Amino acid sequence: MTHWIEKNIKWIYTMPAVLFVAVMMVFPVGYTLWLSFHEWDMSNITPPLWVALENYKVLFQDELFLDSIWLTFYFTVAAVFIETVLGILLALIMNQHFIGKGLVKTLFLLPMVATPVAVGLVWILIYEPNIGIANTFLQALGIPPQEWLASPDLVMPSLILIDVWEWTPMIALIVLAGLVSLPKDPYEAAIVDGANKFQTFRHITLPLLKPTIYSAVLLRLIDALKTFDIIYATTQGGPGTSSQTLNIYGYVLGFQYFKIGQASALLMIFFAIVLGLSVLFILLRKKAGVSM
Amino acid sequence: MEKRTPLKSALTHVGVYLSLFLFILPFLWMVLASFKTQQQILDAGNLLSFTPSFDNYRNVFTQYAFLDFIWNSFLVAFFSTILGLVLGLPAAYAIAKYKQQGLGLLILVARIVPGISFLIPWFIIFSRLDLIDTYTSLILSHMLVTMPFIIWVMIPFFEGLPHELEESARVDGCTTTGAFIRVLLPISWPGIITSSILAFIFSWNNFMFSLILAGEKTKTLPIAIFNFMSYSEINWGGLMAASVIITLPVLLIALFAQRYIIAGLTGGAVKG
Repeated sequence: MTHWIEKNIKWIYTMPAVLFVAVMMVFPVGYTLWLSFHEWDMSNITPPLWVALENYKVLFQDELFLDSIWLTFYFTVAAVFIETVLGILLALIMNQHFIGKGLVKTLFLLPMVATPVAVGLVWILIYEPNIGIANTFLQALGIPPQEWLASPDLVMPSLILIDVWEWTPMIALIVLAGLVSLPKDPYEAAIVDGANKFQTFRHITLPLLKPTIYSAVLLRLIDALKTFDIIYATTQGGPGTSSQTLNIYGYVLGFQYFKIGQASALLMIFFAIVLGLSVLFILLRKKAGVSM
Repeated sequence: MEKRTPLKSALTHVGVYLSLFLFILPFLWMVLASFKTQQQILDAGNLLSFTPSFDNYRNVFTQYAFLDFIWNSFLVAFFSTILGLVLGLPAAYAIAKYKQQGLGLLILVARIVPGISFLIPWFIIFSRLDLIDTYTSLILSHMLVTMPFIIWVMIPFFEGLPHELEESARVDGCTTTGAFIRVLLPISWPGIITSSILAFIFSWNNFMFSLILAGEKTKTLPIAIFNFMSYSEINWGGLMAASVIITLPVLLIALFAQRYIIAGLTGGAVKG
């Protein structure tokens, strides 16, 4: 008995976790795929009806669906790009000597660990057109007040700003950890060669930091694509449908309209996009010479 | 190595503290508003001069039964973390020791796949099993957040432990499991603390799974907070007091365990 356990220990240790993931994730995703070929409204009386690819066809003729893909990419690319640039800048500043470094680093953790729904609700108050500080701030700068989350044109930039607020510190802390662990020799050589600050950054720091930055961006990309809590808590996809990303539209189709087949088709496409992009980035990362 | 001039030092301080102020401002705003009356919040011209009142906090607990929601959130986060550790620690150890990259990748996929892509089946299955609005369904669903994360943090941690420890335990007559429980787990506490703190926070903050699976009896805090919003009016003071109450435990954990949290959030990324 003991012998058998010892021989199979690596499976005995991993099987419960693997089975759990299979039952809770792999099987349900398969179920969603099956549902995506059916028409169903979750009723107990009428069973799911096989419609083959009809749901997918309907989706690609649905303007709201195409909009939601665009909004998802717009949100993800803009937010992650701004977070990366600001995060690197912030890390460079924080890599200097200043008073209270430990405490400051801790306080920068707060946006990313705070409950997203609570964060969203605070930002509703900040963006509130009449009583929020966002407009008070604009007024001080001499800019006319804005509608923020209530404006179809401004709602996405407003949401992106929340994401930037929430996640720039994470990029900064990751890059900072990378900066601290950089080797010292190349810098001494650069000083001897008479390189200026910018040249040193451009030709030494940035290349050495590349793997770290790449990892941080990958993490953020995967999570930004899936942003749900913040958007649901602040706009629920509105005004109208102007902030309805794939995640929100999937939720609305499935749990508000009970169009189970169509929602499932959308979720499978969403699933494929997230998985495809992740694989692509992991491969690119490998190609760039960064190991997992 | 670099020269530290007074000007540069001054600029650094201004840069750091100005950014810090911007990132902390929403929290200050939340706390300020939670001590104001609705009238004081609606009076946008008057931001700072008011007499703080605890009425909002009192209402949160007396009118909205917030203690129940706190308890629900705590139970779900606690048990999904514990069970995540029970399943996750041995798995992480075996994956690290026997280099089961494939299984490691499967766990990573669980972190990548959008949660909403299995929400409809969950709802159907849990409804059939009569498990909607029970702790069971909430804990199980939250474990899909906690367990992969615990494994993800613990694999590199176990990889970093010296082999000799385990070998000497084996020489002393321990089985693999004996060595794992008696020797490896006790010295792994920094990793276990890191991963459980973050797993707990992720569960505490989780909104999407609870939105579908929780009901009146098991509502967790992120769902309950919407009680303060109605179509006619938003009770801003109450909403902000509730936000403070939800966020406070997480912020306190972050302040006291910051070392572990930074390590957990950034560890994998910095190693490259």
